[in-house]
Amino acid sequence: MLKVTIIVKLKEGVDDPEGKTIKHSLELLNFEGIKEVKVAKLYEVYLDLPLEDGKKEVEEMIKKLFVNPIIHDYEVRVEEI
Amino acid sequence: MRVAILQIEGTNCEEESYTAFKELGQEVEYLHLNLLKKGKRNLEDYDILFIPGGFSAGDYVRAGAIFAARLKAIAMRALKDFVDEGKIIIGVCNGFQVLIELGLLPAVDGISEKPEAALMTNDSNRFECRWTYLKKENESIFTRDVPNIISLPVAHAEGKFVTEKKTLERVIENKQIAFKYVKPDGSRADYPWNPNGSMEDIAALTNPEGNVLGIMPHPERAFFPYQHPDWNRKERERGDGFWIFKSMISK
Repeated sequence: MLKVTIIVKLKEGVDDPEGKTIKHSLELLNFEGIKEVKVAKLYEVYLDLPLEDGKKEVEEMIKKLFVNPIIHDYEVRVEEI
Repeated sequence: MRVAILQIEGTNCEEESYTAFKELGQEVEYLHLNLLKKGKRNLEDYDILFIPGGFSAGDYVRAGAIFAARLKAIAMRALKDFVDEGKIIIGVCNGFQVLIELGLLPAVDGISEKPEAALMTNDSNRFECRWTYLKKENESIFTRDVPNIISLPVAHAEGKFVTEKKTLERVIENKQIAFKYVKPDGSRADYPWNPNGSMEDIAALTNPEGNVLGIMPHPERAFFPYQHPDWNRKERERGDGFWIFKSMISK
């Protein structure tokens, strides 16, 4: 089986209101020295496919659903488990 | 005109939209995506496709992303033909998000394979639910009967229009901005009048040909005068949203 980890982040320079709100909340809890908080989404997809087929399939999934290229960057890791 | 109100799990305001078209004497029906999938209905049998608001598929992944991906897989070709024939597509709120994800908007160089823009999390990081003022920016089949400034409600968490600089320039150049958020007096909006931080205060966009409209505020929620919060203080013959529906069906 394959374990696929996809991390979808906002591109550099794209506003992250969720991150800003979390930063502010942490400051209200008296945490100091926080420069920035960024929010990303992590998806785990488990696939019953051979490695090479799985990699191709994941690229399609990312293109068709997980990422909007205007605002997102992503990282993907495919491992056999 | 034959109107389809497209549905999947989580869409809303279908009844308001249905009622609006019905009131205007149109032939309207609900169209579940699965009917298209099973081939029981065809898009070519309609003149107007209405993609309603809501939280389709729970708005998981991104608002409208799942709805768009499924629609694309089932009916992209038919959608392209629909647009090319000059038929009308309108997406409200979540429906606007779907049109952006599909590449039907802004479509500065025609329908795009990948999204060219995004409707992302509001600057306030909150669900913004309030009445906004909109100023008509360009004339199209969606705005021809609409007064210069109207008031419509928004209800969304992801409505901030963003795109690359060059795409925004093309959108302006092509006169694709249908409505901008403004202050009640018609001057340039800042928060909360622009409820989401949208670039250029964009509330609604068309494609360059002007037969596809995406709009964040809900015209179907202001179809009748008594749907306006000030209905007993201000006399209106019609709700402000009425005029958008009226424009679409005027010949």
